[in-house]
Amino acid sequence: MSRYLPLFGFGLLLALFGFGIWWNTQHDPNEVPSPLINKPAPAFDLPMLDDPAHLVSKASLLGKPYLLNVFASWCIACGEEHPVLMAEGRSLGIPLVGYNYKDHPQDAKDWLRTHGNPYDLVIADFPGQTAINFGVYGAPESFLIDAQGVIRYKHIGPFTPQSIAQELKPAIAALAKETP
Amino acid sequence: MQGVHRALAAASTCLMVLALFVGMGMGAAHAQAIEPLPFKDHAQEVRFQDLTRQLRCLVCQNENLADSNAELARDLRLVVFKLMQEGKTDDQIKQYLVARYSSFVLYDPPLQPGTWLLWFGPPAILLAGAGVVLVAVRKRRQANATVAPPIDIGDDW
Repeated sequence: MSRYLPLFGFGLLLALFGFGIWWNTQHDPNEVPSPLINKPAPAFDLPMLDDPAHLVSKASLLGKPYLLNVFASWCIACGEEHPVLMAEGRSLGIPLVGYNYKDHPQDAKDWLRTHGNPYDLVIADFPGQTAINFGVYGAPESFLIDAQGVIRYKHIGPFTPQSIAQELKPAIAALAKETP
Repeated sequence: MQGVHRALAAASTCLMVLALFVGMGMGAAHAQAIEPLPFKDHAQEVRFQDLTRQLRCLVCQNENLADSNAELARDLRLVVFKLMQEGKTDDQIKQYLVARYSSFVLYDPPLQPGTWLLWFGPPAILLAGAGVVLVAVRKRRQANATVAPPIDIGDDW
């Protein structure tokens, strides 16, 4: 029996190694879990991209759920996500609020003009200080914020048709069930 | 008068270049945050450098905030600086960032239920290994004790 002990140990290590490889195909090791889920979204007061004199605050968006989508014209993954939002944005049933992150307003406007604008409203955070309160560390990132202004779900990285169908839409459906 | 000014300007440029080189030499030992921040005194600067070295850059996750050139790292350094000016302690500043970016932002993982495996896993495996060795040695000793002593055939070899 004890002569098989080293073989058994080796098999154990092999299994652990295989598990590690499998785990990394299922998870993004660079993903930083947000501590803000189910916490009130941070307050913000940001200018609209098209009309910088007009400030949009968290309070002004309360009352119905919306998806806050962090994007920038310099962000390559946002370019991948963009056609998905163009195609599926309307079918979500909630407003899509664009959060233009550390972008020159003109670049952002040009980008939206070239690729289309899936957003109901775009707010701009050029200095990127408010984004820190949201725990944003890259783009794209998306926050599902409910009618009371609580962050209910966060998606890091570009949405795909799969992640919209399997994660986002069920999260929105769960919200709709709560509100009478 | 203008000549004096010019000479002074030249001298100060030389000094700045020299300082740059000295700084580069020191850079290997401990890199300084790139942008000049208006620190109150040297002690505060040292504290800032020390603190930002304990915080992780979230974009390039193998770098700390002090060393990283990422834009977000620069923004976060400014936040750390601002909080310092407001008189926040190191722990308060860390808490501020943890509340936004989770404990992932700390280079030293805190001891909490989610990190027990990380902290206690290696010693546990070491102890388990020691246990296996101990049992094996004891078994062998017992086996040796019960086996009849070899017959002495008078051969010292």
